[in-house]
Amino acid sequence: MAETNTATAVAAGDWTPEQPIVALNEVRKSFGDLEVLKGITFNVMKGEVICIIGPSGSGKSTLIRCVNALNPIDSGSIKVEGQEVHDAHLDKLALRKKVGMVFQQYNLFPHKTAIQNVMMAPVQVLKQDKAEVEERARKLIKKVRLEGKEDSYPGELSGGQQQRVAIARSLAMNPDIMLFDEVTAALDPETVKEVLVTIKELAQDGMTCMLVTHEMGFAREVADHIYFTDRGVIVEHGPPATFFSDAKDSRTQEFLGQIL
Amino acid sequence: MSGLWMTIQLSVVCILFSLVIGVVGAGMQGAKSAVLRAVVAGYIQFFRNTPPFVQLLFFYFALGQFTPTYSPDGWLEIPIISNVGWAIISLSFFAGAFNVEIFRAGVEAVPKSTQEAAEALGYTRLQIYGHIVFPLALRVSIPALNNNLVNLVKTTTQAFVIAVPELLYQSVTIWNDYPSAQYPMMTFLFFAYLGLVGVVVVGMNKWERTMRIPGYGG
Repeated sequence: MAETNTATAVAAGDWTPEQPIVALNEVRKSFGDLEVLKGITFNVMKGEVICIIGPSGSGKSTLIRCVNALNPIDSGSIKVEGQEVHDAHLDKLALRKKVGMVFQQYNLFPHKTAIQNVMMAPVQVLKQDKAEVEERARKLIKKVRLEGKEDSYPGELSGGQQQRVAIARSLAMNPDIMLFDEVTAALDPETVKEVLVTIKELAQDGMTCMLVTHEMGFAREVADHIYFTDRGVIVEHGPPATFFSDAKDSRTQEFLGQIL
Repeated sequence: MSGLWMTIQLSVVCILFSLVIGVVGAGMQGAKSAVLRAVVAGYIQFFRNTPPFVQLLFFYFALGQFTPTYSPDGWLEIPIISNVGWAIISLSFFAGAFNVEIFRAGVEAVPKSTQEAAEALGYTRLQIYGHIVFPLALRVSIPALNNNLVNLVKTTTQAFVIAVPELLYQSVTIWNDYPSAQYPMMTFLFFAYLGLVGVVVVGMNKWERTMRIPGYGG
């Protein structure tokens, strides 16, 4: 999935793949009087899959949305491939090309068919050749196991199918990092699986993934590192093997106790 | 007959201009600039809350005085905007004010989250409006738009007041000259407008059907 693009290379400065692909440092963010992120610091390396778990309202979604500048931050720094995201002169298009995002509510464009949804951004935003994009889009639809559904409208697809189109739509931009914001929270248990399989394959292909999820079993299976957030801070983190079996913090233990 | 043709021309031109005004106005309402938004709000208040009859008079007689004139032969002074021109401007702005509100309702019906997804894909604000918000808003707006455009066609009769030779004006001229033609002309008028408005309604309904998306919004 890695691609060489001169514009990206210039914007990224002297970043090399050995350095963290996403680096958060003391990130703070408030909505009005409510401080939702109270100094979050961590790094994600290229090819790593990290899961952010935690109770509702702990700032997980806000955190992930800050990474591709959908939400501005108040202080601290977020660097994606060495490029500061929290920067007034940020080239947003360059950032969005690097960072793909999938939402809880799929958010497909309802007036376009599945394949058009996948093709739209590369053609309209990146001005890529339509025939070439279509070929890529067909491969992506196949990759998310939706062959035959190319010409269906989102309204004609199930939630799980829509979410897989949304994943294909993000992948069509050839991102280096994928953000997943509770992508299975709106699905029934049966369709959750088909979406998780798609994400798992993506992770196995070496895509850098940041997931906010409530699927603990899935997190344990695919994550390289798990972060537990509560009230705007990272309470505890570690690889799944140690995180789930011997959590040290009482808050983490309580949370895991409730759901496992 | 020339009256019927004038009414058709007036209707078509005003419909087109009012749609453009509606789209641009609705776009400006979502703009960051408070000045731009205030201008649109003021425009809507002015044109929506005053009768089109008064607007036509005001445009033609008040503003008409200040428009430059040209003289083809050195004697006559012909204003560059004719009474037909003023009727088009006035009626377009009148219907346009309603169209702005109609499109705005449509724009507001497009979920924020859909726009956010587009933003995450690198779309700029203008691209989001053009490729995503507008096509969706339009579909929501068609039924209300239908009503307003029907009203616009009927309101073209009021251009009578500034002597635009449209259907009503010509009919009245005819029955003033030939009093015996009064009742047939009145009957003709009814059927002529019934036919004209019928064409608009059928056209809009057909448009609505072709724009329908499978599995979306009923």
